[in-house]
Amino acid sequence: MPDRAFAILAGAGALLIGFLLVAIALRLLVSSIDTWRTFGLIGFVVGQVWDVGAVVYGALPFIAGTLVTAGLAMLIAVPLGVLAAIYLAEFAPRRLAMPLVTLIELIAAIPSVVIGLWGLVVLTPILRDTVESWVTSLFPDVPFLAGPPLGSDIFTASLILAVMVTPTIVALGREVILALPANYREAYVGLGATRWETVATVVLPSVRAGLLGACILALGRAMGETMAVTMTIGNADRIPTGLFDQGQTIASKIATSFVEASSAEETSALLALGLVLMVLTLIVGIIARMLVGRSRTAVG
Amino acid sequence: MSTGTLPVPGVSARPRVADLVRTGSRRRRLVDALMRLLSVLATLLILVPLVALVGYVIANGLPWMDMEFLASAPVDEVHGGALNAIVGSLQMVPLATLLAAPIGILGGIYVAEIAGPRTAGGVRFAADVMVGLPSVVVGVFVYTVLVVPFHTYSAVAGVISLAVIMIPVIVRSTEEILRLVPNAVREGGLALGMPRWRAITRVVLRAGLGGILTGVMLAVARASGETAPLLLTALGSRLVNVGELNKPMDSLPTFIYTNSGQPSPVLVGQAWAAALLLLVFVLVANVVARVISGRRSSGGSR
Repeated sequence: MPDRAFAILAGAGALLIGFLLVAIALRLLVSSIDTWRTFGLIGFVVGQVWDVGAVVYGALPFIAGTLVTAGLAMLIAVPLGVLAAIYLAEFAPRRLAMPLVTLIELIAAIPSVVIGLWGLVVLTPILRDTVESWVTSLFPDVPFLAGPPLGSDIFTASLILAVMVTPTIVALGREVILALPANYREAYVGLGATRWETVATVVLPSVRAGLLGACILALGRAMGETMAVTMTIGNADRIPTGLFDQGQTIASKIATSFVEASSAEETSALLALGLVLMVLTLIVGIIARMLVGRSRTAVG
Repeated sequence: MSTGTLPVPGVSARPRVADLVRTGSRRRRLVDALMRLLSVLATLLILVPLVALVGYVIANGLPWMDMEFLASAPVDEVHGGALNAIVGSLQMVPLATLLAAPIGILGGIYVAEIAGPRTAGGVRFAADVMVGLPSVVVGVFVYTVLVVPFHTYSAVAGVISLAVIMIPVIVRSTEEILRLVPNAVREGGLALGMPRWRAITRVVLRAGLGGILTGVMLAVARASGETAPLLLTALGSRLVNVGELNKPMDSLPTFIYTNSGQPSPVLVGQAWAAALLLLVFVLVANVVARVISGRRSSGGSR
């Protein structure tokens, strides 16, 4: 009998997770139902205007901000992260690799708000006066690169995001590469291939799915990241027009406006935004886990 | 390896196959060296922000780390400290841990030891999804269940939102550690005539204790840096709140966030000092967690 009681107790702990997941989704849906009723699913998602005064709520500026910053961050994080994962799994001596991996994993542990503080106080003015002012003065006619350089903008937020999610790609990517049996490599090295050729022709194709999964997992993190982005993106409720324009992601919009929301309609719309973010990260997270899981089982 | 081409008497000046292979291999070795170099550079580049950030936090935070900062509540633009935030974090994070650790460990035990493979897979999947859920979404959720009905931001809501974030992390780490405990240990307990629950709690759990504590520690580190969910639930407060869990409460992360945007250099300096405090705690917690379990990050054999 105590066996049964213990099983039930432990089972309750496990079930709580599934319960929480469903409860969060349902609760957000119920609390934002007014917004969905008023604007409709499509109307809310593609609505370009968020105007509290006019009681018009469209999520597109924030969805665009989320996708653009996360996408730009991936452009930086994927090549860097994959290269570093290759180095740490294939090239680095083991005694060097272990401390480096620990250091990189520690980056992932730094609280978002601390990175945000650094981004806001240190990085923002530096980028404004260097990269951003150079680029804007070099290409004055390219709308995508138009100034004035503000520092707090899409560019800075994307860079910060890249810093934050690269460790995910490195750590997971390295695990995926290490899971590949050594004889795959040995066979090719035995044919006279260099280590890089082995990596490029044997290792990378074999672990493609797992690496992709690691990158998509990082993408999910980038989309949901809140504080560091909130503090560096400029917080303008519009669809960004260029790299140095200010914007807002879904998460940063919620963080900046939720507490100050002045009406039930605004709170409901912000909760609807939360639901959109949840669905987006759920989809991305499920895809990522299927890819990582498949590559692990396929190899192991 | 390259030995150069020795002139061989009686052979024409036509390029030979061997030479072609050799120059070809020189290019191949060049590519190899270049890619190795690139991968080293990428690794170093990733570490640059870490070094820069830690350096800035120490340089900007240390000068403000004095008794006034540690022992007084905020007063005005140039006076006061972060006692409200320190005291708040010291209450909310341990309370959330007390709530999340038993639930998470029990959940992990269930998945690893009791559940059938399908249930285990389902719970693992749900936990993975929960781990990936943006913490701001958790904050919004707890706001609707605990702030709206009671018409006040409260430390309780903050504690619950932190616990919700910690539980799936602990479930997953507990489960993975218990999976590493050899079956012989389990069977040893059962062979002594222990009922299953005693075998699990007395034998299996003890074998995996270090790893489980590591998981809890990492969850604590993560929770102590969480900002967005606390902004939406515990809100933050300029008052030192001890034990009044039904009222708003400050925390180090929310203190950093609110102070970072202030015009007063003193308040921004305090944000740096708070960041230093938080960073030291989080990094120490991570290092301790790794030491407890000996080695956490995957090494594997190759």
